[in-house]
Amino acid sequence: MKNFNFKSPTNTKEAAKLYTGKATFLAGGMSLLPAMKLRLAAYSDLINIKKIKTLSGIKISSKSLRIGATTTHAEVAASKEVEKTISSLSKLADGIGDPQVRNRGTIGGSIANNDPAADYPSACLALNAIINTSKRKIPADKFFKGMFETDLKKGELIESVEFEVPEKSGYAKFPNPASRYAVVGVYVSKLKSGIRVAITGAAHSVFRSKELEEALTNNFSPSSIDNVKIGSKGLNSDIHASAEYRAHIIKVMAKKAVSSC
Amino acid sequence: MAKVSLKINGKEISQDVPDSVMLSDFLRDYLSLTGTHVGCDTSQCGACVVHLDGNSVKSCTALVADCNKSEIVTIEGLAKNGKMHPMQEAFKKHHGLQCGFCTPGMVMSAVDLLQKNKDPSEQQIRDWLEGNICRCTGYQGIVAAVKDASSKM
Repeated sequence: MKNFNFKSPTNTKEAAKLYTGKATFLAGGMSLLPAMKLRLAAYSDLINIKKIKTLSGIKISSKSLRIGATTTHAEVAASKEVEKTISSLSKLADGIGDPQVRNRGTIGGSIANNDPAADYPSACLALNAIINTSKRKIPADKFFKGMFETDLKKGELIESVEFEVPEKSGYAKFPNPASRYAVVGVYVSKLKSGIRVAITGAAHSVFRSKELEEALTNNFSPSSIDNVKIGSKGLNSDIHASAEYRAHIIKVMAKKAVSSC
Repeated sequence: MAKVSLKINGKEISQDVPDSVMLSDFLRDYLSLTGTHVGCDTSQCGACVVHLDGNSVKSCTALVADCNKSEIVTIEGLAKNGKMHPMQEAFKKHHGLQCGFCTPGMVMSAVDLLQKNKDPSEQQIRDWLEGNICRCTGYQGIVAAVKDASSKM
C-alpha cells in the first residue's frame, strides 16, 4: 500500500478544509483499505470521519428513520428502535459480511462505495431514502449511478441517510457463501406512494424492477410473482452465478421477501 | 507520523507510527506480539482478529492511527498468571485446531461472541464464526470447543 496522511477532524467544517489534493473520506474502511492494499485505489490523504460526533446515531420520527453516516452495521442491527420501525432493515444490517466487518463497517461507507453486490443500496432504493450530504439532499433514485459510481461530487460528504417508514417491507438475500455479499438481494416495500422493489447483486448496480413492482401493485402476495417474466439480459454472469440463474433467483428472493413482510 | 497512545493487554504504550501502518503490522512488527496472525490481509480470513474497545475487529484492516486512545486485547492477553483462558482450554480439549494458523483469530472471535451471548446455539456459533476461516478442522471441533467454553465462562 502506498503511504498517505491520516487526518482526524472533529467537525464537518474541518473535514471539508482538510479535503485537498487526492484525498478521500475514511469511515469503517472495510472496502477502502483492502482496495488500497490491492492497489485498486491510492490516495494522498485519508480523512477519518469517525470522530465527528454529529455523523453518528439513529433518529426516528413518525415518517422517517434517519441513520448517521458513521453508524456501524452492528449498531443498526442491535437497535431496538430500528427493529421496531423497519425490521427488514435490522435484518439486512445483521446479514452484512461477518461480525467483525459489522463492528467497523458503516452505512455511509457502504452507499458511498456503491458495490454492485452491497446490501444497503437496495434498502435506499426500496425505502425511497434521501441521502443527506454536506451540500444537498439526494433522492436514492438519483444517487446510485453505476458500478462503484454515485452522484457524489469531489469532497461531498454523506452525513446521514433518511429512510421512509414503510407500511410493509422485506429483504431476502441469496448470499455468496464466502463473502456474504449478495449474489442476488431483493428488497420489497409497500410505501404510501406505492410499491417498490430494488434488486442488488444481479447487475452492474442496484436497480428497481418495474415488472415486479407492477405485479405486486396488483396483488401484494408471493403468488403474484409466479407469472412475472424476469429476463437475463443485462444481468451479471460470473463464477458465482450465470445471468439466467440470477434471473431465476430474483423471483425466488422476491417471493421470500414478500412472504417475510 | 502519528503519535498513538494505546492500552494493549493492559499495558500503556505511546509511540510514533507512520500514518499508513495497520494495527496487525504494528502488533507484530513493532511490539513483537506475533500471536496475531496475518492470512489474507484483506479482512476475509479472520486470522488477525483482536478486540478493540471490547469488540472483535480485523486488525489487518484498521489503521493504528485510527485506534489512538483505544484499548486492545490480543491472544497474548487472554491467559492469566500462566493459566490458559477457558476458551483456549476448550480449543485444546476438543481439538479445535490442527495447524494453528487460524486459532488466535478464532479464539478472539469466540470470546467476543460469549461476551455478547452467554449461551449461543450451534447455529449462532457457526454464524458468528462466519468471518474466521479454518482449512484443517472442518469446524466440528471448533464449534464443540465454543459450546463447551460457554458453560465455563
